[in-house]
Amino acid sequence: MFGSFFPVILFLLAAGGLVLVILFFSSLIAPHRPNPAKNSTYECGEVAEGSSWIRFNSRFYIIALIFIIFDVEVVFLYPWAIVYRHLGFWAWLEMAIFLVILLTGLAYVWAKGDLEWIRLPEKETESSAETPLTPDNLRN
Amino acid sequence: MNVASSLFAQILFVVFALLTVVSAAVVVFSPRIIHSAFGLLFTFCGVAALYVFLYADFLAVTQLLIYVGGILILIIFGLLLTQRVMDSKYFEQSHQRIAAGVLGVVLAGVLFGVVLATPWTQAPRPDTPTTEIIGVSLLTQYLIPFEMASMLLLVALIGAVWLARTKRGHHE
Amino acid sequence: MLDVILTIAYLVGVISFLFLFVLFAVWFERKLSGWMQDRLGPMETGGFQGWLQTIADAIKLLLKEDIIPEQADKPLFRLAPYIIFIGTLGAFAVIPFGAHLIGSDLNIGLYYIIAISSIIAIGILMAGWSSNNKWSLYGAMRSAAQIISYEIPIGLSLLVPAVMAGSLSMQTLVAAQGGGFWNWNFLQAPPFGLIAFIIYFWASVAEVNRTPFDIPEGESELVAGYATEYSGMRYAMFFMSEYANLFVVSAIGATLFLGGWSSPLPFLTFIPGPIWFLGKSMVLVFIQMWLRWTLPRLRVDQLMGVCWKVFLPFSFLNLIVVSFWMLWVK
Repeated sequence: MFGSFFPVILFLLAAGGLVLVILFFSSLIAPHRPNPAKNSTYECGEVAEGSSWIRFNSRFYIIALIFIIFDVEVVFLYPWAIVYRHLGFWAWLEMAIFLVILLTGLAYVWAKGDLEWIRLPEKETESSAETPLTPDNLRN
Repeated sequence: MNVASSLFAQILFVVFALLTVVSAAVVVFSPRIIHSAFGLLFTFCGVAALYVFLYADFLAVTQLLIYVGGILILIIFGLLLTQRVMDSKYFEQSHQRIAAGVLGVVLAGVLFGVVLATPWTQAPRPDTPTTEIIGVSLLTQYLIPFEMASMLLLVALIGAVWLARTKRGHHE
Repeated sequence: MLDVILTIAYLVGVISFLFLFVLFAVWFERKLSGWMQDRLGPMETGGFQGWLQTIADAIKLLLKEDIIPEQADKPLFRLAPYIIFIGTLGAFAVIPFGAHLIGSDLNIGLYYIIAISSIIAIGILMAGWSSNNKWSLYGAMRSAAQIISYEIPIGLSLLVPAVMAGSLSMQTLVAAQGGGFWNWNFLQAPPFGLIAFIIYFWASVAEVNRTPFDIPEGESELVAGYATEYSGMRYAMFFMSEYANLFVVSAIGATLFLGGWSSPLPFLTFIPGPIWFLGKSMVLVFIQMWLRWTLPRLRVDQLMGVCWKVFLPFSFLNLIVVSFWMLWVK
């Protein structure tokens, strides 16, 4: 089995090596004349204001959390996919139960509005069906 | 497998073991916490490679998929959520260096002792694909743990989202 | 020793193909966008239809200064192109170009592709973070969120061919579709094979950040997304990975749903497999380019909504139905 992974490892090493060689070759022939203006951070021609390492919205974190749960689930599905036909109907049912339990979770986060990218204050949700797309809402 | 390629395999093993240990050291000692997070990438990849050497191909790829593709991204998103992520003094203030050092040395000693005391036996090389075996065991022998895993995932999903939601302001 | 030499030869071949493909695809996309917008596209360099244009561009990029911003996190800034390119070329190791043209026919090949591609998201975050530029970081965050979200529908819809063939090995998956186009997976268990293919294809367009899902690098708002601060050859690495990924997702689609290197009709087997494989992949590449120059860009909340509320439930139900179908009908 290591034998079958050998070409894979070779491909990964070659990818790193290739980038190294190309960048090295480029550094040999490319000019190198830095100056402060050139090395400054690009901000549409303005002087960059503040650091860009800012605090991000937690919606990214929630998306990543939900992703991991489903990612783990997909991992369970792969071994199942190649063997369930030998094991018959019960193996199918076992996985169907597994999936339905997790779909309950999806339904929960959906109903609670965690899948919404732009989350409204509770009182606005009833009055306006359309999400107001203010720049403030769309930030990040 | 001939001699040349098995020598090559030995060299690769050392390379990946070093990669794992060195990057783990970067994770621990780096003053910038974001460097620690990206250092984990190499630790996880190194561990995945070690799984390949242990003939656990499914586990190796799972390691990549879950830890690199999932947990690491979650960690980075989590870091970017924290205020002043680049303020390294937050993470340099370690008040209990001596206690931590002593505890670390003791723990390492215990682990090392256990490693030496364990009668390691070399398992026969299973040159068969592991994925099918895992699939069959999950659906027969370990069915209850398998179904419980889905309950666990459900609880984790609801709990994590609930916790994250309470932190989430409205127009952040 | 012979197998090692053959593997290295194959590796060199794949890398050469990759370069040729990127050079061709960039030129082709520019010409295609030109024709679709009733202009000519590049015409000067090389005479016929400006066919040397991308080669000239590549040489230009090679001669450009490599600028690393003063404020950047330099070690990570240098590292990011490596991570992204490793994630890209890693997938080529298990893509079958022909009956014997494959780097390694891993018995978990399909699973491996999904895993190795997920490294790219880390590379993108690394590039965006280390640039210390607002556009880069916004672009990287959006891109990573988009890639991980769409990974779930992709993983679930790729399970459909795996369920049909009962294997994760790429060659077995192709062999299961041999004999004629009616055996191809997108026509199996109608219409569920087709649904899986459509979900995969749309999600893969999102996975490679192309229009209509190109919010991470929408030039009108985020300049160039996570690659904003990169220049010269380092930028070219990102650009190349993007086009190489375009090929990877198309090749996976062609392999798993359109029969890979197998011929559509039994009497056409005299045409070699690699030609069929490349033909099918190029059709999918063409469709992705076509979409890019036809559709407007989605809004970020629409993008996430369509993934979690449409693709994800449908791919779940599709998988349950297909696996049931395979049990009772087959």
